Amino acid sequence: MIQQETEVTGRSREAVLTDMDEKLTIMEEAVRRGIEEDVKSVSGLTGGDGKKLEKYIENGNGLSGDTLLRAVSRAMATNEVNAAMGMICATPTAGSAGVVPGTLFSLKDKLNPTREAMQRYLLTSGAFGLVVANNASISGAAGGCQAEVGSAAGMAAAAAVELAGGTPKQSAEAMAMALKNMLGLVCDPVAGLVEVPCVKRNAAGASIAMVAADMALAGIESRIPCDEVIDAMYRIGESMSETLKETALGGLAATPTGKALESQIFDLSAERT
Amino acid sequence: MKYRSVTEIIGPIMVGPSSSHTAGAARIGRLARLLFDGQPKRVNIHLYGSFAKTYKGHGTDVALIGGLLDFDTFDERIRDAKEHASNANMRVRFHEEEAIPDHPNTVKLRLESDDNAMELVGISIGGGKIEIIELNGFALQLTGHHPALLIVHQDRYGVIANVANVLALHKVNIGHMKVSRKEKGREALMVIEVDQTVTDEIMTSLEKLEHVDQVAKLHE
Repeated sequence: MIQQETEVTGRSREAVLTDMDEKLTIMEEAVRRGIEEDVKSVSGLTGGDGKKLEKYIENGNGLSGDTLLRAVSRAMATNEVNAAMGMICATPTAGSAGVVPGTLFSLKDKLNPTREAMQRYLLTSGAFGLVVANNASISGAAGGCQAEVGSAAGMAAAAAVELAGGTPKQSAEAMAMALKNMLGLVCDPVAGLVEVPCVKRNAAGASIAMVAADMALAGIESRIPCDEVIDAMYRIGESMSETLKETALGGLAATPTGKALESQIFDLSAERT
Repeated sequence: MKYRSVTEIIGPIMVGPSSSHTAGAARIGRLARLLFDGQPKRVNIHLYGSFAKTYKGHGTDVALIGGLLDFDTFDERIRDAKEHASNANMRVRFHEEEAIPDHPNTVKLRLESDDNAMELVGISIGGGKIEIIELNGFALQLTGHHPALLIVHQDRYGVIANVANVLALHKVNIGHMKVSRKEKGREALMVIEVDQTVTDEIMTSLEKLEHVDQVAKLHE
């Protein structure tokens, strides 16, 4: 990835790593804000859940294991900061920005990686993301949520394998297994906001990424190769109804509660202006 | 390949909530300002597809205005862009269009000042990446992968050769070039993607050429 990047952009290896390092700093700060501060989105729909889960983990009664739950809480934290129009780094998009850093900053506690290993984690996830972006899509409006949180889960799973010392082949298997389980996921944001269900889909994306990474590290392989899963994701996105591709016309956006929230939010903002 | 750099996947650094609807929109606005060569007084913004349906929730409106004010994707002033616009005497009107575009995130901007007008159609293709697909009625494809020159000129013989000549003199290689015109002998547009940096000196030489009306450069 570094070699390709220096060839394509003409930047030095040093510059590529420095760029990733700056992004790590932005991500870490977003996670910190989300789990320490009382973040609330403009609409009031989201905020505070990452912090809530972090507290729950500290109490020690979590069912799923702390590393998995921390990936989830930190993914939600990032997305809550995003929904509050805070500063984040898109990975690969803003709506799916929680999965890659959430997983990383949970694994950081467990594996104590060097800063350079963390930069490489981002580059690995970026390399897998590039393949998806060029062969399928990373846009919810074009391919549904599977293209956003699905891609992010695959990217995070692949990078987590590398961070834990797995092979490139295992990374590809992890991505395949994560993305497979996100296929068909629609993009149906309530009121068109990147909040409901985005924050909780980032939570699920992070947990799938962690589990897929563990499965790949255990030697489990995907029956359908990674490239074909990506291709399937593209074709599913093509056949998905427009109402389920970031138009806020179908799915959860069209539920009675979704509709009620929508009119509440827009009546409020109409009053304000 | 549409995406070539890892920074297009890991990035951009931005204020939320949507890379396509917020960061991409800010980039389209900013690019429009750059091509317009300054701040417009009036802007009409036509939103299509998903942009039209969800712009309020995504802050697409404030992001476009922010871009028109030269704010980058991570500029936190985007949140209050409407206020900044009225302080800067820039009037912006939004129009929600029903027509179904080829790409779901399509926006048409018409920028005006007292003596200048420009129309641009941009699309936001995911992860903050954008393309400009139309300028003043000319279809074009600018990926932003390479430095690009946009040259508005009169459709006369020798203009293309003169432009190529200036670039050659400065050892600038042309990677891709497209010339279009509205009508024989009238306004025409050259879109040139080059491999090297386009210096101010080159820009000045190009602007001085006969039958060349406007020169703009784009770097990404």
